[in-house]
Amino acid sequence: MTRIRHGLLPLLLAFVAGCGGAPWNDPYPAADARSNTLYSSFSERPKHLDPVQSYAENEYAFIANIYQPPLQYHYLKRPYQLIPFGAEEVPKPVYLDAAGKPLPDSAPAERVAYSEYVIRIRQGVLYQPHPAFAKDDAGKPRYHALTAADLRGIDTLADFSHSGTRELEAADYVHQLKRLAHPRLHSPILQLMGGYVVGLKDLADRLAKDAAALPEGAVIDLEPYEMSGVRIIDRHTYALRVRGKYPQFAYWLAMPFFAPVPPEADRFYGQPGMAQKNITLDWYPVGTGPYMLTVNNPNRQMVLERNPNYRGEVYPGEGEPGDAERGLLKDAGKPLPFIDRVVFSLEKEQIPYWNKFLQGYYDASGIGSDTFDQAVQFSGQGDVTLTEDMERRGIRLQTSLATTVFYLGFNMLDPVVGEAAGERARKLRLAVSIAVDQEELISIFRNGRGLPSHGPIPPGIFGYREPDATGINPYVYDWRDGAPQRKGIEQAKRLLAEAGYPNGRDAKTGQPLLLHLDTTSSGPDSKARLDWYTRQFAKLGIQLVIRATDFNRLQDKLRRGTAQLYFLGWNADYPDPENFLFLLHGAQSRAKTQGENASNYRNAEYDRLFDRMKHMANGPERQAIIDRMVELLRHDAPWVWSFFPKDYTLHHGWVHNRKPNQIANNSLKYQRLDPALRAELRREWNPPVVWPLALIAAVLVLTVLPAVTAFRRRERRTATGGA
Amino acid sequence: MTAYIIRRLVYGLFVLVGVNVLTFALFFFVNSPDDMARAQLGAKRVTAEAVDKWKRERGYDKPLFLNEKMTGVQKVTETVFFDKSLRLFAFQFGASDQGRNIGYDISTRMWPSLAVQLPAFVIGLATYISLALLMAFFRATYVDFWGVVLCVLMMSISTLFYIIGGQFVFGKLWSLVPISGYDGGFEAIKFLALPVLIGVIAGIGGSARWYRTIFLEEISKDYVRTARAKGLSELRVLFRHVLQNAMIPILTGVVVVIPLLFMGALITESFFGIPGLGSYTIDAIVQQDFAIVRAMVFLGSVLYIIGLILTDISYTLVDPRVRFS
Repeated sequence: MTRIRHGLLPLLLAFVAGCGGAPWNDPYPAADARSNTLYSSFSERPKHLDPVQSYAENEYAFIANIYQPPLQYHYLKRPYQLIPFGAEEVPKPVYLDAAGKPLPDSAPAERVAYSEYVIRIRQGVLYQPHPAFAKDDAGKPRYHALTAADLRGIDTLADFSHSGTRELEAADYVHQLKRLAHPRLHSPILQLMGGYVVGLKDLADRLAKDAAALPEGAVIDLEPYEMSGVRIIDRHTYALRVRGKYPQFAYWLAMPFFAPVPPEADRFYGQPGMAQKNITLDWYPVGTGPYMLTVNNPNRQMVLERNPNYRGEVYPGEGEPGDAERGLLKDAGKPLPFIDRVVFSLEKEQIPYWNKFLQGYYDASGIGSDTFDQAVQFSGQGDVTLTEDMERRGIRLQTSLATTVFYLGFNMLDPVVGEAAGERARKLRLAVSIAVDQEELISIFRNGRGLPSHGPIPPGIFGYREPDATGINPYVYDWRDGAPQRKGIEQAKRLLAEAGYPNGRDAKTGQPLLLHLDTTSSGPDSKARLDWYTRQFAKLGIQLVIRATDFNRLQDKLRRGTAQLYFLGWNADYPDPENFLFLLHGAQSRAKTQGENASNYRNAEYDRLFDRMKHMANGPERQAIIDRMVELLRHDAPWVWSFFPKDYTLHHGWVHNRKPNQIANNSLKYQRLDPALRAELRREWNPPVVWPLALIAAVLVLTVLPAVTAFRRRERRTATGGA
Repeated sequence: MTAYIIRRLVYGLFVLVGVNVLTFALFFFVNSPDDMARAQLGAKRVTAEAVDKWKRERGYDKPLFLNEKMTGVQKVTETVFFDKSLRLFAFQFGASDQGRNIGYDISTRMWPSLAVQLPAFVIGLATYISLALLMAFFRATYVDFWGVVLCVLMMSISTLFYIIGGQFVFGKLWSLVPISGYDGGFEAIKFLALPVLIGVIAGIGGSARWYRTIFLEEISKDYVRTARAKGLSELRVLFRHVLQNAMIPILTGVVVVIPLLFMGALITESFFGIPGLGSYTIDAIVQQDFAIVRAMVFLGSVLYIIGLILTDISYTLVDPRVRFS
C-alpha cells in the first residue's frame, strides 16, 4: 500500500506540474497557449481544395487564404470594391469588334465581339515552400520522378524532407485557365466560362478526345495545348479574351477559379502512387497567398500557417464611414498577415462548439437558434444587444445582412399556379404573397435575424432599393405611417376570389384549393415552421399539402418542372445584380435548360431588359432598367418574396479588425489577436473544479463500505445464521 | 474444428454476397447515379454534361447488373455491380465519390475509433460484471433492489443525454477535460477520458442488469449449493464457479462485438470530434458518398461474421463439452 502511495504521489505531482497552471480542459497543446494562433472550426470536411473544382463556402474558407487570384475585394469599403491581388491593377477591358479592331469604351454591346483583359501580375511574388519545387544538387526537380520505393514511408506532404519555391509567372495563371478545361477535374464553371472565354470550350473538347485515347490513370500534360483566347505576353503579363461585353467577368477574376497553379504541382501530384495516398492537389493546395496549409487532416484538424514567402501587402488605410471609430483603421499600413497560425478543428455539433467558444477555445462564433437567448437580447427600442454574461466576458457582436435571398417559389409550368392559368394564377400568387407574413416568420423562427424582401436584389448590391415610399413592393405592402405595412388579409382574399377561388374553393367545382409544397425540411425542428406555413395558407382557405422530400428528389422534381411550390435560396457569387436577376431569366429555365431559374419564369420584356442590363456599368440607366425588371417581377410574383438573412457573429475581445464581409473569403490576413489576454482569460474562465471528484469518491466509499461490511459479515456467518 | 471454421467462412461468403446485393439494390433504387453525381458536384451551376462526365469517369454510366452491349464474361464484368460491389470481396475499396482512397482513409481512421472503443469495452465489461456479481451476491437485499432500480433508470436515458450532460458537467462546469477534440499520442488521453467514461456509464444500466440475470440463474443451480456446502467462500463461488459457468451467454454478447470495435461509435465520435470510422460513416451518409457507405457496410458485415465465428470458437475454450464436428 505504502509502495503504491509512493508511486502515485510523484505521478500526481508530475501531472499537476505538467499542467503548468494551464486549464485542464484546454483542447490545445499547452505550448500553444500564448502563440499567435487563431482558433476556428469546420463542421464538414471540404470536398475539394483544388481551385478549379472548389465552389463551396466551407472550401473557400481555406483556399481563399492560400491562393492569389488576380483580384480581391477591399476588406473595409462598401459597396464591395475590386482591388488588385495577384495583379498589379484591376484590368480594364479593351473592346474589340469581330475583326479584332479596338472599339471605344462606349461602344454598344451589340458591336462588341470580344473584351480583352490584359493582366499584369505583381513581380517578385513567391510560392509557398513546397516539395513540388524542391531541386536536387544538379538543379533538377527532386520529386518529379518518384518510384514506389521513394514513396514508402510517405503518407502526407509533410513527409517530404525538401521543399523549394519559385517566382509566380503569368504562365501559372494561364495553366490554371487550361485546367478549367481538364476532363478529369470537373470544374463547375466550365460550361458557363466555356461560353465566354475564347478557346476554352474548344480546348475542353480536344482534351476530352485526347484523354479518351490515353490509358486509364495516365496524366494529361496541359503544356503543349494552346488556348486561342489566351496568350502570354511576357513573363508577368497575360491577355485573356472573352466573348462580347461581360463586365461581371472582373468579379470572376477574384475567385479561386482564376488563381495561379504551377505546372510543377500537376507534375508532382500526378505521379503514380500519390493519389493512392491521397496526396493530390485537391487535398494539398500550392499557392502564393498569405497562408499555406501545413496540416491537412480533415478528420480532425486543418492548419493554415503564415506563408514565409508572402510579402508586399499592407492593411488598408481607408474604409467606409465609421470604420475609424470602430478601430478598424488602427493597423493601416502594417504588413499582412498578422496571425501566424490558424487552427481549424473538426466540430460537428453546435453544443460543444458553443461551449468551447464560451470557454475561450474558439475565437469567434455564429449564433444558433438554441443559443440565441443566451447571447442576445432586444432592448425596449428593439435594438439588439448582448446579454450581460456576454458583455462581462468582453464578447463583441457584429451583424450584417447576407448577400443571400430566400424565397418560396412557384413553378410557372404548373397548371394551377403557373403561366398557363394566366391572370387567374397571378392573382392567386399575389394573394399567397400577401398572406404569408414574412415579418412574423422572421420574428418567430429567425429571432428577428432577417429583412423582409421586396425583390430579388439584397441590400449592398447595386440595384437594391430601400423599402421606402417608392421602394416597397406595392403589390404586397402599403406605405403607412412612414413604414411599409403588409396588405390586409381581406385584400388577399379579394385577390383570391378574383382568381376564381373565393374562400379557397374553386368557384366552378366548389372543391377546396389544394397547393403542394415540396420541401427538404423535415423532423421536429422544421415541423413548427411548416405548420406555420400551413396556417398562413389556411388564412385564405387554401389547403397546403407539405410533401417532405429529400434533396435529390426535390432537385429531380425541379429539373422535370413537376414541383408546384418549393423553397430555395441563392447566395451571391459576386456583388452584381446580374447574379440575382439571372435567377428568373427565361434562358435559365431549370426544366428547359437545366439553368438556375427553378420557377421556370418567362417574360419577354424581362428577358430583353436582362440582356441589356447585364452588359451595362452601374449608373442611373442601369438602375432604371433594374427598377423596371423588379417591377415586372413584383407584378408577376413568380416568387413569394421572403427575406434576406441577417448574420449575427460573436468574437472575443482579443480579436481585432474583424469586419463582416459577405463576398470575400480571404479575411484571415486582416485579423489581429492579443494572445496574452486570451491566455489570461482562458485561465480565469476555466479553473478546474476538483472537489466534486472528491465528493464522488467519498459517496462511492460510503456506498461500498456497508456492502463490504455486509459481505464480511455474511462470509463469517455459519450455515445456521450465527456469526 | 478447422473444417467447421472453413464451413462457417463459406457460409459467411454467401451472407456477404447477400448483404452486398441488398445494399447495392437499396442504394441504387433509392439514389440513382445522377443523384450521386449532383450531390458531389454541388448545388450551383450543375449541368447535364457535368453529370454525365462525372458518371462516365466513375463508371456509373454502365448498366447496373447486365451489360447487353458486351459479350461473354464482360456482360457481367462491365457493370456497376461488378465494379463497385464485387471488388469489395478483394478488399479493393477503390476511391470515394469525392476521389479519395477509401482503404487509406479506413486504415488511418480505425485507430481513433479503437482508442475510444477498446478501453470503453474493457473497462465497461469489468465494471458491468463486477456490479452484476455484486447485485447477485446481495440478491434480495436493498443493494440488489436499488441496484436494479438504478439500472432501469440508467438504461431508460438516451446516450445523447449522457454525452451532452457529461460534456456539460466534466468539460464546462468542472473544467476537468476538454469538451471535444482529439490528438495523437499521450495527448489523446485527456480527450479520451470523457468519451470512455460516458461509454462505460451509458452501458451500465442494460449490461449490469443483463449479467445479473445470468448470474442469478447460475447461482440457483445445484453445483453452487454443492460448492458452498463444501465450505468455499462466496467470492470463490462467484468468481471461480458462477462466472465461469455463466461465460457462454456472456461470450455470446461480448465476443461478437470485439471486431466491430474498429467500426467506432456514430454519435459519440460525432459529438466528441473523434476522427474515427463512426464519424467517417456518418459523413459519408450525409454527403451521399455511397462508395464509402458501401465499403463500410461491407466491412461491418465482414467483421460481424468474424465476430460470430470467434464467438463459436470461444465457446470451446470455456465449455469443454462444446465440440465442433
